[in-house]
Amino acid sequence: MTPISEWIDPVWRLVTLADYNSRIVLMGTTMLGISAGVIGSFTLLRRRALIGDAISHAMLPGLGIAYLLGNWLTGDGKSLLWLFSGAITSGLLGVGVVLLIRHWARLSEDTAFGIVLSTFFGAGVALLGVIQGLESGHAAGLESFIYGKAASLQSSDLQAIAMMTVVCLLTSGVLLKEWTLLCFDENFAISAGYSRLGLDGLLMVLVTLIAVTGMQAVGLILVIALLIVPAAAARFWTDKMLSQILIAAAIGGLGCYLGTVGSALLPQLPTGPVIILITAALFAGSLILGSRRGLWWRWRRRVQWEHIMERQHVLRAIYERYEAESLTGRSPASDQIRIQWDSLQAARSWSPVKLRRAVDRLQVEGLLSCVNQELALSRAGLAEAERLTHQHRLWELYLITHADVAVQHVDQMADDIEHVLEPAVVAELEQLLQEGQTPLLQSPHHALEGRS
Amino acid sequence: MILNALTMIPGWVPELDGWIIVIGALAAMSAASLGVFIVLRGASLLGDAISHAVLPGIAIAYLVTGSRGGTTMFVAAVMAAMVTVFLIETLRRASRIEHGASMGVVFTAMFALGVVLMVSAADQVDLDPNCVLYGSIELTPLDAWDIADWWIPKAAVGLLFTLFINLSFIILCYKELKISTFDESYSDSMGVSTRLMHYVLMTLVAITAVASFESVGSILFVAMLVVPVASALMVTARLFWVLVFSLLFALSSAALGHLSAVFLPQILGYGSTLTAGMMAVVAGGLFAVCGLIGPRRGWLVALWRQRAFATRVLEDDLLKFLYRQLESPTKDSFGPVEHRLSITAVAQALHTPVKLVQSAVQRLAQNNEVEATVEGVRLSAAGMKRAQTLVRSHRLWELYLVEQAQVEIDRIHDKAERWEHVTDEKMRTQLDQATSNSTRDPHGSRIPPETNHPS
Repeated sequence: MTPISEWIDPVWRLVTLADYNSRIVLMGTTMLGISAGVIGSFTLLRRRALIGDAISHAMLPGLGIAYLLGNWLTGDGKSLLWLFSGAITSGLLGVGVVLLIRHWARLSEDTAFGIVLSTFFGAGVALLGVIQGLESGHAAGLESFIYGKAASLQSSDLQAIAMMTVVCLLTSGVLLKEWTLLCFDENFAISAGYSRLGLDGLLMVLVTLIAVTGMQAVGLILVIALLIVPAAAARFWTDKMLSQILIAAAIGGLGCYLGTVGSALLPQLPTGPVIILITAALFAGSLILGSRRGLWWRWRRRVQWEHIMERQHVLRAIYERYEAESLTGRSPASDQIRIQWDSLQAARSWSPVKLRRAVDRLQVEGLLSCVNQELALSRAGLAEAERLTHQHRLWELYLITHADVAVQHVDQMADDIEHVLEPAVVAELEQLLQEGQTPLLQSPHHALEGRS
Repeated sequence: MILNALTMIPGWVPELDGWIIVIGALAAMSAASLGVFIVLRGASLLGDAISHAVLPGIAIAYLVTGSRGGTTMFVAAVMAAMVTVFLIETLRRASRIEHGASMGVVFTAMFALGVVLMVSAADQVDLDPNCVLYGSIELTPLDAWDIADWWIPKAAVGLLFTLFINLSFIILCYKELKISTFDESYSDSMGVSTRLMHYVLMTLVAITAVASFESVGSILFVAMLVVPVASALMVTARLFWVLVFSLLFALSSAALGHLSAVFLPQILGYGSTLTAGMMAVVAGGLFAVCGLIGPRRGWLVALWRQRAFATRVLEDDLLKFLYRQLESPTKDSFGPVEHRLSITAVAQALHTPVKLVQSAVQRLAQNNEVEATVEGVRLSAAGMKRAQTLVRSHRLWELYLVEQAQVEIDRIHDKAERWEHVTDEKMRTQLDQATSNSTRDPHGSRIPPETNHPS
């Protein structure tokens, strides 16, 4: 066998779920990622991203008590059902305390989270300390809840995760409209007759379910990540609730899948952290490339916008030079007029580089020619420059006549808005100002100067 | 005496346990002093975030130096904490996602990175992610200097120094911290850079966090950053007193926490437990107490205030009712003051259970505001005065609402009924000046004059 096929074979067996064990682990983590992505989208938009943090920490004392009780009653404290119910109970108790603190003490949500998290976790640590001091056993089994044991997930764990996933997806499907309303307009949701406490409570119950099943797989800290990171990553791709949920589920599922495969290939690395690192990488990718809010696209849009503005400013500045020339006897449409580079440079506080680039782009467009530091508009360029100048002056005039803006301010204000004037708006302005018949407005600055 | 009593209990070693309390208290107060500003800035979970996010710093320091302690590790952990804080803030500003979400993304990723680094570093030696930096407060007294027969644990000196730095910073920059916490834009306009304050504060948080993790463990820092401050906010709203109470609560949590860690499990029949955890639990218990009886926002206090107010409203209504009974139908003159009304009649008219009215009458009689006999109840001179004031407030409000606020006449009574209880003489004078000189309210009833200068 060649080295490559030695590599490919285990990857292929993993990806196709050939082994029973890796099948369980892969399916378990992927389902977890999907449901955490879905529910995380709601908690994120509800501005409660860290609720998972509070709940998962709040589960620790429940684990301890369940273990002690189980030991005392049945002699076996490590049965999964016992531990699960203990963790869920104390997680929900934590949620209850958060709501109580919010309502009665009127402290902010994050403070309530902080109080519950640290106090419950402290109690859990103290209980684990007691358990460790017991002769009958130690908390070794409970450690897996804090650090996870993805590699040794069993079919019973898988069943728990599958049930949780079905519950989460069904509930989200049924309550999609209600929860969306709650996320975006709480007061409207209340006035529409939905119970805020009920909807919030149900959401928190589902977070608790995810946390308790996820703790087994990826550990306490990392289930927090699954509840936050995919949902936050999806925010960079969309504004629509349904696609937010689907994308978050896809990112969560993909991150868990790739992370599990990766950690299986590098056996010395623990599964949970690798999953989180892969998901974090997906987040970083979304942060940069996300089509809705991604940094790269935002940067691209800004640069494009700056180009549009510069193009318009340059054309208008040249046109104004043309006008000045034409006052000395030559028609603006004449091909004879040449504008000196320096005089254009002086028209605005352009940096030479920026101006050079803008002029280059105009040349590519075929609107402008530049020979020996002398600029000349082409026929199309002149038309375009005339149109832009017309828009600028229309808006200036509108500001003067209809918005009572002083003449010395209108140029600046028109500068801000002229770039976004659509043809419909221009038509409306022309109608409003009844200047439609004249091909080009006089600059109000000159007109007023002439009058005075 | 108490110390003697403590030595009687098995498992209590004064030298060790005394130092554990001192060290716990120092760590708790260092965290709580900064916590005041962290909580008020809405970053309560920062302690938790930092406690997980220092892991990669420790792992890298270990990979570089190969040792498990010392200055390098301390510095590396502080650096990791600073990177975390910086990343959280940058991510929040760049991506405009919610603060909590950016915190969650950053600290979980840092933690995962730390675990991965640590596991790959731990090939040769046993390096448990949980134990490298996360010291145990029980062991601190053992690592000590012996100075002139004084046995001083290193952790105590380090934490005392941390507390000193934190408090000096707060005292020196108190004004700047205050305005940058409460009003960012005002602060910026005053020339106090909120960003600078933010990063100085965060540097101190990072140093304090790592110093605490190293000696007493992370849970104590995470808890003490938030819980004592929240308790203090239940007690008072003045920043200075919030600070003082936070320090007090931190101190008492540490002391009571260690005591309960040693004794509570013994009572229940188990061995002793971890002190840091119990300190957090006690801090939570103190918060619960403050949440119930804190003078500012305590739940029971709020209930008691509501009840006290309801009682006063009933007394006011009773006096007013008696007063109005004395007025003639034209409300110009008074009937005989000797006229008495039975308590049942009053209760019926006020739609209030007889028992409540009875107790109100008792209280009023104690104040000599009504005279109560078997035949019934009537106003005394003092009660007459109080009732007249109330009726004056009520009718002035009605006049004001109609004349100045253009409220329809059938909607003024309920408003006046609510406001009359909280209207003082100054307010009445203002209302009187704001309304016309009319001596009658919009319903035509006479507005009685102010009681202390009778007309």
